[in-house]
Amino acid sequence: MKRFLERAVKWLLTASGFVTSLVILLIIAFLFAEGAGLFSERVIEDGYVLALNRENTVKELSAAEIKAVFDEDVTNWNELGGPDMAIETFRLEDADDYFTEEQLGPQYENAGSLIAALVESRPGMIAFIPESMLPEDPSLNFIKDKTISPGEVLAGSEWFPTATPAPLFGIWPLLAGTLWVSLFAILFALPFGISIAVYMAEVASGRVRNILKPIIELLNGIPSVVYGFFGLIVIVPLLQQVFGLPVGESGLAGSIVLAIMALPTIVTVAEDAMRNCPRSLREASLALGATKWQTISRVVIPASMSGIASGVVLGIGRAIGETMAVLMVTGNAAVVPTSILEPLRTIPATIAAELGEAPAGGAHYQSLFLLGVILFFITFIINLCVEYISSRSKAKYN
Amino acid sequence: MNRKQILISILAAFCMYATAEAQRIKGSDTLLPLTQELAEEYLAEHPDREVIVTGGGTGVGLAALPEKTTDIAMASRRIKFSEKMKFAEINLDAKEVIVAYDALAVVVNPSNPVDSLTREQLEAIFRGKITNWKEVGGEDRKIVVYSRETSSGTYEFFKESVLDNKNYMSSILSMPATGAIIQSVRQTKGAIGYIGLAYLNRYVKALAVSYDSGRHYAYPSVGTAADGTYPIVRPLYYYYDAAREAAVSPFISFALSPAGQESVLRQGFVPVK
Repeated sequence: MKRFLERAVKWLLTASGFVTSLVILLIIAFLFAEGAGLFSERVIEDGYVLALNRENTVKELSAAEIKAVFDEDVTNWNELGGPDMAIETFRLEDADDYFTEEQLGPQYENAGSLIAALVESRPGMIAFIPESMLPEDPSLNFIKDKTISPGEVLAGSEWFPTATPAPLFGIWPLLAGTLWVSLFAILFALPFGISIAVYMAEVASGRVRNILKPIIELLNGIPSVVYGFFGLIVIVPLLQQVFGLPVGESGLAGSIVLAIMALPTIVTVAEDAMRNCPRSLREASLALGATKWQTISRVVIPASMSGIASGVVLGIGRAIGETMAVLMVTGNAAVVPTSILEPLRTIPATIAAELGEAPAGGAHYQSLFLLGVILFFITFIINLCVEYISSRSKAKYN
Repeated sequence: MNRKQILISILAAFCMYATAEAQRIKGSDTLLPLTQELAEEYLAEHPDREVIVTGGGTGVGLAALPEKTTDIAMASRRIKFSEKMKFAEINLDAKEVIVAYDALAVVVNPSNPVDSLTREQLEAIFRGKITNWKEVGGEDRKIVVYSRETSSGTYEFFKESVLDNKNYMSSILSMPATGAIIQSVRQTKGAIGYIGLAYLNRYVKALAVSYDSGRHYAYPSVGTAADGTYPIVRPLYYYYDAAREAAVSPFISFALSPAGQESVLRQGFVPVK
């Protein structure tokens, strides 16, 4: 009976281990499958075409060019390699300006042929219309539709996921924003975190440590939305005054909030690592006549480097993946940051703000999954770095 | 066992009865609080009826109408051409009722001396073509433009009405909620943003807006929105299947009645009449 029970427990443990790993792998596979779907989507919105007059020789337009045309930033076809004539844009919403209700018919059955006739009569017109509405064999030219290319997405610097007729999914500003704000967060958190950890592990008396430790750990329990509120109401106006900025929502506000949030993780893990530093190492150092400070800086910190590094990485992980607090204080402007005092937009904030309304299965939805994949790779690389650092320092001290 | 079965069948019958009789209303989150309020008042008058109100967004409501999973679709924008085409495919004749109007106020920091802007100036500011307040008669200060997130219906409506369907500039600051826009405009001297009329308070200053190149300016208020002098106004709609008019008309006529329109006003929207 006892043996049977033991075997059952063993099987249960094995099964739970495998099931968990399998679930994680499935989640990652799902993430990749959805994200990769973006590259099979078309540039122009699904079910729509861009129709041109026969006389127009333009055949291809990139998503950025289509946006410029419909924003009226480009007003002549010769800028796009076509004939020298002014661009006129037509969207379905403009149908009421050109036709009356009677002309369109009660069920809009005439709309397609009317629009086709309109485009045929205007040489400079580009019309954004549903494919299903067009009459058979219209004498029109169409812009050739391509699939979204990885280059456009990975190196593109414009993020307009809801633009019509052609959304732009340039993720470079989001990626740069995420890395930029995390880098500064860790620059702020690291010196503070390490010095608090050293103080608590080596300097503070037992009583002080017993008071300080719960206080620091309390920081971990504060919901991130509360940090966001605090940042928006206190840190943002403060930065605005101190630096005389036109706008207080900036990367700096985000990195300060993130630094505060990463601090307890760094402190707790680094302190544990230092306290677990072998007593023999410490005593040997003191016996050789080293001062307390020399022992800390030359022996204890190097010996517990792997623990400190993993604390730092856990802190970075928290900073990179943090959503709500960043969403509230960084201003969310999708531009490539050139200084830390400018507004920026991070990947997690983008996913959180946009996933709720993105139609499931569409290009916008898949682009958000792709952002998730990229976030996954960032943390994956950081984890590899840590493994490397800790394996090296372990080999040295064992 | 037997008793359990009876209980379940009674429960099932009760549920079916409820869904058969209940009026289902689905759609826009802008209209959600108003419709819930209207439904409560309606039920106070007719305790034997049942109304179920759910949100989800305008698109969700209008998609549910042809699938017959809602009786009334709430919409914070006019039905799109593509949605109309979908209705036409199954010969659904959708009737449209305007229940209220919602005005969008363009707001700046109270310390800003600028009082009024034309639509063309607003378009240039939100598209990043004008970047300094002195270009529109203000101080020499950088303009900081706040917008809502792309998922918001307010974002879409402002884009359609003020920007003439063009895109916002990419360096626009997008805020997750109206409250965040008010907070930011309040603490940023060069800020400009847009909020629903119901959210206007003394910490931000509303601008007069002109849609006829500066001939007539109007400040946002319930009065100017109702008489049509304030231009950035969107109607809020109910859509329903004309074939089922008899079933939905009691609630809709209540919403349009003086009592219903009074709660429209109380919720910060502009009454239809």
